Amino acid sequence: MRRLDRRVRAVVGFLVVSLTVVVLLTPSLNATDRLGQPPPPQDEFVPIDQLPPEDQLPAAPLLITAYAVIWLLAFWYFWSISRRQSLVQQELDELSRKIGDTGSPDR
Amino acid sequence: MKSFLRVAWLVMRKDLRVESRSREMLYTTLFFSASCVLVFSFAFVREGRPVEGAAAGILWIAVAFSGTLALARAFERERQHDVLRGLLLAPIDRPAIFVGKLLGIVLLMVVVELVVVPAIALLFRAPFFAHPFLMATLLGTGTIGFAAVGTLFAAMLIRTQSRAVLLPILLYPMTVPVLIAGVGGTVALLQPEANLALAKFWLAMLVFLDVTYLTLALWTFEPVMTE
Amino acid sequence: MNQRVFTALLVVGVSMFVFAPFMIAWAPYESTMGLVQKIFYFHVPSWFVMFLAVFICGIASGIYLLKEKPAADRLAVASAELAVLFGLMGLVTGPLWARKAWGVWWQWDARLTLALILEMIFCSYLLLRQYGGPGSEKLAAGLAIFGMANVPFVYISVNMWRTVHPTTNVVPTLGPGMFGAFWWCVGAYLVLFLVMLAARIRLEKQLAQVEELHLALETD
Repeated sequence: MRRLDRRVRAVVGFLVVSLTVVVLLTPSLNATDRLGQPPPPQDEFVPIDQLPPEDQLPAAPLLITAYAVIWLLAFWYFWSISRRQSLVQQELDELSRKIGDTGSPDR
Repeated sequence: MKSFLRVAWLVMRKDLRVESRSREMLYTTLFFSASCVLVFSFAFVREGRPVEGAAAGILWIAVAFSGTLALARAFERERQHDVLRGLLLAPIDRPAIFVGKLLGIVLLMVVVELVVVPAIALLFRAPFFAHPFLMATLLGTGTIGFAAVGTLFAAMLIRTQSRAVLLPILLYPMTVPVLIAGVGGTVALLQPEANLALAKFWLAMLVFLDVTYLTLALWTFEPVMTE
Repeated sequence: MNQRVFTALLVVGVSMFVFAPFMIAWAPYESTMGLVQKIFYFHVPSWFVMFLAVFICGIASGIYLLKEKPAADRLAVASAELAVLFGLMGLVTGPLWARKAWGVWWQWDARLTLALILEMIFCSYLLLRQYGGPGSEKLAAGLAIFGMANVPFVYISVNMWRTVHPTTNVVPTLGPGMFGAFWWCVGAYLVLFLVMLAARIRLEKQLAQVEELHLALETD
């Protein structure tokens, strides 16, 4: 309990000191103009009904690849688990058999 | 609290005393960092001359690589003579051991930086000394953050197989935020019109990272080192 | 989790995933990004689940360090594997979307960078557990806690620095058509995550049983 108090105090002390330093050292975040005018980030997705024709085809391969990758990864993981599962099951059966054989010559 | 600091001080003094006899780590780490800078001055070349804008990155890479080497060596020494087990068996506050080792590593890294910074300033014509106080604080906080994570991981791995390759594998992804902030602040300072506000912002980020890492390391050192 | 619940979840998950493409196709197009924005419906849920897995791993690791419960360790390793898996999904679908929307495959902006770091941290977790030898469970637990501590930086970063990545304000302001499809996909992913987690934990339990049996054989 005593040890816990000391640690709690140390942690609180750390936090107070660091917050003070951070507050003092962060003058104005407007000054952080580091990325040199990227396009302003999107704040909302704006839905529309009709798709402009020039946008349709080139995006499709990317979209299809994206979904294909996800399905492939998911299936691969399930396959990997079932493969490891069957190996472990084999080993479990073998070991149970060995333990079951009392007085058998094998080691 | 007083005994905690005293134990940390004793651990650090032990490390320094052992080191002062052979000075092996000091010389090898210094020479390694100098070789790093040499390799970089041939690697980052444009039209036959070193790329001057690369100075900030090279500084922090040299610090990270030398730090990893020093950490691996420091704990290898502990392992060889089973010193760490002896320390863990002693009736002292375990986080104090961590702080003691951390101070030793930080001291070694500071000595390396004292050599590396002028070398890079010379080879890459980087104005590191334009704002010496800010630059020093950036380097200092970055070093502490890197060393905090490094000391914990190196201590953790002391009995692990493949520890030589596992230490860098574990350490580099984890310390990337420190490097990002360090390089960001250094780049801000190295510009012809130094962006002091930006540098201070990155310094604040480094302080915050340091506190987070130190707090976590102090909390996890004891459970991780017990078996 | 018993067999019935597992099968039920599996069926629910599969059906949700089968139905998801329809919901996504019915959802309206986005005005500036068009068709390629539809990757959003699988990209964002991948990252949601990855963050969830990272937090679960971090908390389970904390419990394992404090209380030394083997169940916590099993949960930690299972969720770490899933964090790497779903992170990989996010890291592949993101650039595919970015290629069309921003014109580049990759940008070193804050969120992408820190997300990549998180993925690498948990890859290193798996490497440590695989090659660290005996006793690496506790070390990996320490690593996972540090990894989890890095997560807030990922979330805050987009709001603190101006970047090209859509801000975190996008999801709460989704219009009606997109809202349904998006949260359906989130639900499908969560069910998938639970199913995979349960399967992986069961595997881990059986591995522990094998260890015990080996020990029992040796000591006989």
